[in-house]
Amino acid sequence: MPKEEQMSEVKFSKEHEWIKLDGNIGTVGITQHATEMLGDIVFVELPDVGSSVEKDGNAGVVESTKAASDIYTPVSGEVIENNQSIADDPSKVNSDPESAAWFFKLKIKDSSEMDSLMNREEYEKFSKEGNS
Amino acid sequence: METKKTSLFNLHQKYGAKFVEFADYQMPIQYKDGIIQEHKFTRSNSGIFDVSHMGQLFIFGDDNLTEDLENIFPIDLKKLNLNQSKYSFLMNKEGGIYDDLIITKIQKGYLIILNAACKNQDYKIIEEKLEKKYAMNLDESLSLIAIQGPDAKNVLEKIIPNSNKLRFMNGDKFYFKETEIYITRSGYTGEDGFEISIKNEKVEKFVELLIENGSKLIGLGARDTLRLEAGLCLYGNDIDQKTSPIEANLKWAISKSRIEDNYPGSSIIKNQIQKGVKKLRVGIKPETRVIARGDTKIFNGESKEIGKITSGTFGPSVDCSIAMGYVDNIYSSLNTKIFLEIRGKKIPASICNLPFYKKNYAKGGTNV
Repeated sequence: MPKEEQMSEVKFSKEHEWIKLDGNIGTVGITQHATEMLGDIVFVELPDVGSSVEKDGNAGVVESTKAASDIYTPVSGEVIENNQSIADDPSKVNSDPESAAWFFKLKIKDSSEMDSLMNREEYEKFSKEGNS
Repeated sequence: METKKTSLFNLHQKYGAKFVEFADYQMPIQYKDGIIQEHKFTRSNSGIFDVSHMGQLFIFGDDNLTEDLENIFPIDLKKLNLNQSKYSFLMNKEGGIYDDLIITKIQKGYLIILNAACKNQDYKIIEEKLEKKYAMNLDESLSLIAIQGPDAKNVLEKIIPNSNKLRFMNGDKFYFKETEIYITRSGYTGEDGFEISIKNEKVEKFVELLIENGSKLIGLGARDTLRLEAGLCLYGNDIDQKTSPIEANLKWAISKSRIEDNYPGSSIIKNQIQKGVKKLRVGIKPETRVIARGDTKIFNGESKEIGKITSGTFGPSVDCSIAMGYVDNIYSSLNTKIFLEIRGKKIPASICNLPFYKKNYAKGGTNV
């Protein structure tokens, strides 16, 4: 478990994204489990800064050597930052998916949307059950 | 139909393979290292590929067989020496490609290596064209493996002495633990390498020895990135019954001496050689890292659709996005600027030379 996680809340979606909450700012990325399913990631498309994203809506794309997969945002909000370093070197997503290789930060519109997400324990159970 | 397993299935599992269904077979797409590492290992060391799903068709006969096969394949078989191999096509009467294949002259006949998804249909087509005059055997008792990469010759030499004397696109009989095997110097990666036809019950031991000597099993995922970097066609993606060898830019594979002769599609091929074709297979380089997968539409600067991508991936050795596809012939010249429609956006790209990755094939013997 990453250190900061004990201090701040991290939640997980059924689409294998994680979101770390810091005040009303959420940082979003994809889980270790997701990268293992995808294989080697070779391309990342990030949502534009300033764009609005809707809960469970499209917020980027990752491509592995095998296929393209959409990235969905776990909650609604306005994108305030995206991580250009993973667009420049997509392999970072494989090496550090749940920390340095975050995808985007957003100003959360409605914090109650966080309630529908899973905590780590629930997510680990969910992903072990073979959900993909 | 139940999916089939090759004789190496247990070994694939032992090395952590992830499987996919391919042409009715359970085949390894990748092992623990993943596609990029497997790709790079093949280019820097050597990789072992299980291609036992491919068809190994033996046809036995005399000079009449050679004559009859020339009515099927557009190559000069009379000039093919014993143990020499050539790339060719099984074509329909419109000049479209039923399959691409490697044909090798062996003692008393020919060995033809066919694509897995096409092999049963190929057998029927060839049997019918030969009017059942010759003994034919699509041999399921044999496995086929490839070892590819700069170290392939050294690894194989330790197990099969003198195999490194083979010249490119030539084969010979060898022995492995008193069993006859057939090795050709050929491959599908743009690297020097070999393909080995060996009895099913011996193949696992053989591959384990290759691994003990420094090679590694490589999945179909890396096989695809390797062949695409090498500019080689994948049947079903880049060539099919609706593309001719001329449109596919594979004219080199049609023997010059055969252009005036009769074979399926010969009049169309001759016409295309003389008058040119409307569409042509080309190499395509997107300007960004975005991957242009098969079926991506290609446009010119005026938003007119001019073609389609047939294969696209990330090339681990060239470190960029690579693709190939067909464009209207007038857009096929080098460096022509084109646009690829990917997820609603027009991505700039240009026509480029094939292969993306170039390496010299070994000549064999003392030149190795």
